Amino acid sequence: MTAAQDHTPFSRKEMAGLVANDIAEGWYVNLGIGLPTLVADHIPAGREVVLHSENGILGMGPVPGPNEADPWLVNAGKENVTLVAGAALFHHADSFAMIRGGHIDLCVLGTFEIAETGDLANWSTSGSDRTPAVGGAMDLAAGARNVWVMTTHVTKAGEPKLVRQCRYPLTAAKAVNRIYSDLAVIDVTEGGFVVRAMAPGMTQGRLQELTGAPLAFSLR
Amino acid sequence: MIDKQVPDMAAALADISDCASVLVGGFGAVGQPNALIDALALSGVRNLTVIANNAGFEPQTGLGKLIGSGAVSKLICSFPRGSTAFDARYEKGEIELEVVPQGTLAERIRAAGAGIGAFYTPTGAGTRLAEGKETRNIGGRDHVLEYALGADVALIQAYTADRWGNLTYKGSGRNFNPIMAMAGRLTIAQVANVVPLGELDPNVIVTPGIFVNRVLTVAGGDPPLATTSASKEGAR
Repeated sequence: MTAAQDHTPFSRKEMAGLVANDIAEGWYVNLGIGLPTLVADHIPAGREVVLHSENGILGMGPVPGPNEADPWLVNAGKENVTLVAGAALFHHADSFAMIRGGHIDLCVLGTFEIAETGDLANWSTSGSDRTPAVGGAMDLAAGARNVWVMTTHVTKAGEPKLVRQCRYPLTAAKAVNRIYSDLAVIDVTEGGFVVRAMAPGMTQGRLQELTGAPLAFSLR
Repeated sequence: MIDKQVPDMAAALADISDCASVLVGGFGAVGQPNALIDALALSGVRNLTVIANNAGFEPQTGLGKLIGSGAVSKLICSFPRGSTAFDARYEKGEIELEVVPQGTLAERIRAAGAGIGAFYTPTGAGTRLAEGKETRNIGGRDHVLEYALGADVALIQAYTADRWGNLTYKGSGRNFNPIMAMAGRLTIAQVANVVPLGELDPNVIVTPGIFVNRVLTVAGGDPPLATTSASKEGAR
């Protein structure tokens, strides 16, 4: 295990910073619940990015300060949020037309597994024994122009999350373009996983050991 | 004179019978017509099929209360998590569940209101939720056939209405409400305010009254604050 200690994983904040830095000016972006939500706090100052919430908001702002919450305004995680100047409100069919019609430039999602083909499994870890609940994940994965995943590189048990083929039920096939793990930034290409960046101290050999599919390296 | 306002809850919920299908608006607590839902839970109707995004949250109000009362035999929704009332019934096999991707759910409802029988969408293609459904390759991509989803009744919440049933909304309170208003054969709106005809600016009306059958005013209908750190001033 000593070899595993030679590298320093990206922190959650560092991962959010890496994602935020890659978001282009003018993009309309949907951030998933959990880790992806952190990305909002790291978008570089002066870069105009419009945040979408699937319950009918474009131009979502930060969480409200004390005594400032509007009870009529929540995000997809059902937390009170604010609006920025230029925000727009709309109903669910319009909101998902933005997603499904290819108008959203980017969605950032969490995941259980990603296959080298870009297959995404992020909504259910079992066949039948737990209440299935999909929310908007399938629409986002199928409809957004870019689908990026933020995830730990391996499970808590140490199993690879990046695999040749997903074992868990799919959210969408061939959906993911890029993965920001705590160990690397990886593009999903026609030829499989291509590593673009690695956490400090990480080696190509060690990263391959922790990944369930072949890696190519084209470090930027 | 057209006046869609009803004087009380009994008049609002009249004619909803056993085995009815019921669309219920709301996303989280916002835009969820809890007064209508709570009264429906106490009305004694049974074997309802409910179509909503969630399965409710707290067991003492809204969809949680309706499901807990045993009135619902089938739920069609996208995300039935966080509802103890639903979990208890689902584990005992007392409630049937159909999980639908959220955008497909919205589009199926919109289609019903717009007279479209079915449509093809890439969402869900190649997943468990497409099993048993017709799939067609359109433009090089697999699409799943999804059918329109209307209902006997739609229970919705809006912010301001007039007597013709024209509606405006507040904040993220639109969510499923405008499309459910279109897809219900009997659409009942719980609103916080009613203004005289002509006071709503025609430029800002979201749901035209043609989609609304009944309007019930429920004062003080602000949703609860969702952040635990939020102020104690509460609804304003």
